Amino acid sequence: MEIGKNRRRVDAWAKVTGTAKYTADLYPANCLTAKVIRSTIANGRVVSMDVREALKVPGVVKIVTCFDVPDIQFPTPGHPWSVEKSHQDIADRKLLNERVRVYGDDIGAVIAEDELAAEKAARLVRVTYETYEPLLSVEAAMAPEASRIHEEKPGNIVASSGFKIGEGDFDRLKEDGGLIYVSGTYTTQSVQHCHLEVPVSFAYMEAGRIVVVTSTQIPHIVRRVISQALGMDMGKIRVIKPYVGGGFGNKQDVLYEPLNAFLATLVGGRPVKIELSREETLGCTRVRHAITFKLEGLADKEGNLIARRFTGYSNQGGYASHAHAIMANAANIFKQLYQDKGVLESKSYTVYTNIPTGGAMRGYGIPQGDFGTEAFIEDMAWAVGMDPLEFRLKNCMKAGYKDPHLGIACYSYGLKDCMEKGRAYIHWDEKREAYAHQTGPVRRGVGMAIFCYKTGVHPISLETASCRMILNQDGSMQLQMGAAEIGQGADTVFTQMAAESTGISAEKIHIQTFQDTDVSPFDTGAYASRQTYVSGKAIRKTGLLFKSKILAYASEKLHIPGDGMDIRDDAVVDKESGDILLTLGALAEEAFYSLDHSVHITAEATSHCKDNTFATGACFVELEVDIPVGKIKIRDIINVHDSGRLINPKLAEAQVHGGMSMGLGYALGEKLIIDDQGRPRNADLLDYKMPTAMDTPDLHAAFVEIADETGPYGNKALGEPPAIPVAPAVRNALLHATGIHFNALPLDPQTLVERFMKEGLIETEGTAYV
Amino acid sequence: MLKIIHMNVNGKEVELAVDIRESLADTLRDRLGLTSVKKGCGVGECGACTVLVDGTSVDSCIYLTVWAEGKRVLTVEGLRSGDGGLTPIQQAFIDEAAVQCGFCTPGLIMTAVELSGTGKTYTRDELRRLISGHLCRCTGYENILNAFEKIFGKNPKT
Repeated sequence: MEIGKNRRRVDAWAKVTGTAKYTADLYPANCLTAKVIRSTIANGRVVSMDVREALKVPGVVKIVTCFDVPDIQFPTPGHPWSVEKSHQDIADRKLLNERVRVYGDDIGAVIAEDELAAEKAARLVRVTYETYEPLLSVEAAMAPEASRIHEEKPGNIVASSGFKIGEGDFDRLKEDGGLIYVSGTYTTQSVQHCHLEVPVSFAYMEAGRIVVVTSTQIPHIVRRVISQALGMDMGKIRVIKPYVGGGFGNKQDVLYEPLNAFLATLVGGRPVKIELSREETLGCTRVRHAITFKLEGLADKEGNLIARRFTGYSNQGGYASHAHAIMANAANIFKQLYQDKGVLESKSYTVYTNIPTGGAMRGYGIPQGDFGTEAFIEDMAWAVGMDPLEFRLKNCMKAGYKDPHLGIACYSYGLKDCMEKGRAYIHWDEKREAYAHQTGPVRRGVGMAIFCYKTGVHPISLETASCRMILNQDGSMQLQMGAAEIGQGADTVFTQMAAESTGISAEKIHIQTFQDTDVSPFDTGAYASRQTYVSGKAIRKTGLLFKSKILAYASEKLHIPGDGMDIRDDAVVDKESGDILLTLGALAEEAFYSLDHSVHITAEATSHCKDNTFATGACFVELEVDIPVGKIKIRDIINVHDSGRLINPKLAEAQVHGGMSMGLGYALGEKLIIDDQGRPRNADLLDYKMPTAMDTPDLHAAFVEIADETGPYGNKALGEPPAIPVAPAVRNALLHATGIHFNALPLDPQTLVERFMKEGLIETEGTAYV
Repeated sequence: MLKIIHMNVNGKEVELAVDIRESLADTLRDRLGLTSVKKGCGVGECGACTVLVDGTSVDSCIYLTVWAEGKRVLTVEGLRSGDGGLTPIQQAFIDEAAVQCGFCTPGLIMTAVELSGTGKTYTRDELRRLISGHLCRCTGYENILNAFEKIFGKNPKT
């Protein structure tokens, strides 16, 4: 049995020996370097670009400006293409933009023999602008006098949506009285993915075709977007994805591959590379959207949730990227995680501004939505006077829940078990009591948050995945997937799945980690938490087909009916007795070289997945806050996940650790700071505070393992969920410790001290630690 | 301007003409093909390019190659024994699932090699401080610390 086994990663040896090749390790020897010329304003228009001085820099080969690119607007997000026009992604940018919408917008590119020449020349380009006031907030961008960031979108609203569940009317219920009313505004900040490998690609031409080698989560989508951006046939584009040093959603956007491909066409097809600096990565790629939630709720004295009203405003930044899909997802968790006895009213807006563009980042709107939802639910429990865990147990999503709009259901359900497991681990009841009435400068608190997360993107978008299995002469297998390994461990669990469904041992399965669109079957790639679920179904389907083809050949050779045989431990065996009839090595040799019947046994299948299921879980935190210095210390933290059957528990645990750490960064310190001109002020890893080992406590991961009937091996989402519930759990623990409702992330010392002073917890004019 | 420099890289004497402005990371990667040396920031923030110079770990992206004149430089490629076997810390990284995307891994392994030179053992908190110059976004450092503790820990987890 391979499923459930702690198999070591198939790529671990290559990674610990430094032999794993990432994009920048593969630059051809004669590769040119391109540097993007970036706008020094956040909102306006390029009037002219004078490149004469820049062209004099030795080593400069070519300079391209925003006036030289094809007049084609294209979309960048890594969504499956929609054949329905109304569902297609927003095509709102060109390869280089004359209309500037963000600070550092792509307005030109220098191609040079080396990086220094490119960089120097880029600085010498003289740009004149027509400058408009930067619109940094949703309010500013929605104001009647605001400039139009994209001509196609008057009012700067990218999209809006709304729905109502249940009969009745929130305002009427509120006016009727007798119910406890709670309201609040909750806000999240822009944060960045901080994958250790920056976005990097190189492109060259080969016999009239363009080859792009890139660090991406979505090789097949990159190919499609390059085709759209350049107006070029898709068959003439080949995308290769080497090892990837992390993505977390930033590489689920087609950032610079189209420009890179275009530049290669301008230098006779000679290789050109674009490797962003860390500063460009932080300031000029994508961020997790800052979202503001205005929330209202009504509960009765028994703690029943009667009605809620949700209004969300997502700050999109300058380009649509994933756009409203993220805001809509945030609104969905507010709906899905709790059910109101009366009515839920929901309205959401995604608004163009001139801050760095928001895109996909681990959890796709749900980290924001869960912060709003779980901080608000905590505040409702507080207002009712009920233990927040009991309030959650009473009102949360129940087994069998089905989303009324999307039809996604809990086909397996472990949410309450996760809560109970976390409760026991953290000693919830004892500590809630023990820390209830503290005074003094250092206080402790325990808090929690729960979440639900849909595994894939069906039925909102297409879910499709393909797999190919190829028999080698020695009876081993080549496994080709369109799904991408980006660090999460996909190749290892794919190998385990292939072993499980074919009877070929994992040691004899060789997975191709470099996707190459010339060879790799189609899959939309690494996003959502879809691959073990959606691509796993393709493996299962292909495995059964592969096995049946092998058994058919064995049947022909052995004159035994195929259904009387099976494959176990690399041999064809008698199904009943388990006796070995023929090793796969012997069978393969015969199949390849037989003078009677030579056949290369391969199997390939597409799984068009029309299922989706909820994964759930909870985070429990115990913290200590040093009030005078505003410093939070995490004393203990656990994430408990209901992710179905675990394919590889050890890797699952590792995935949870990483998500928790990212969640702690989100909670305690990470924030991309934007000044009043729209400029990122901390776009480097010194000033942008992602957690170091010293900032990170020991991380505990636990699971409630319930097989999900819709998962190919009983599994469901795990990739993104660990990052989701941490920030609200920390916020709620801080509420328990101090009695203060912090409604904005991050909970950094500056924010805490200012608020503690305001609330009289820090001594000012004779008030001390009340 | 190019300058001829001499250094011992992974046990082999090399003579190279390098640009005087060149970082050791670029020399190792571009001139010697030692691509285990990863560049994550170029300014000494992330630790991915860590190599040992005369046994001491440095961020090779902010260490000029000309400073390495006459010195011994060690990268992960230099750890490989003739039979392809792994060092204990490399094996511990594999066994403890401390590897995810792998981009920070070679740098961390070089810091571990530096520690192994001291012959000392360390507490988990000491190890936290010793690896705090390495940023990792995938693992939350938990399994990396487990791997370090397995080799250098005062009270290794069983």
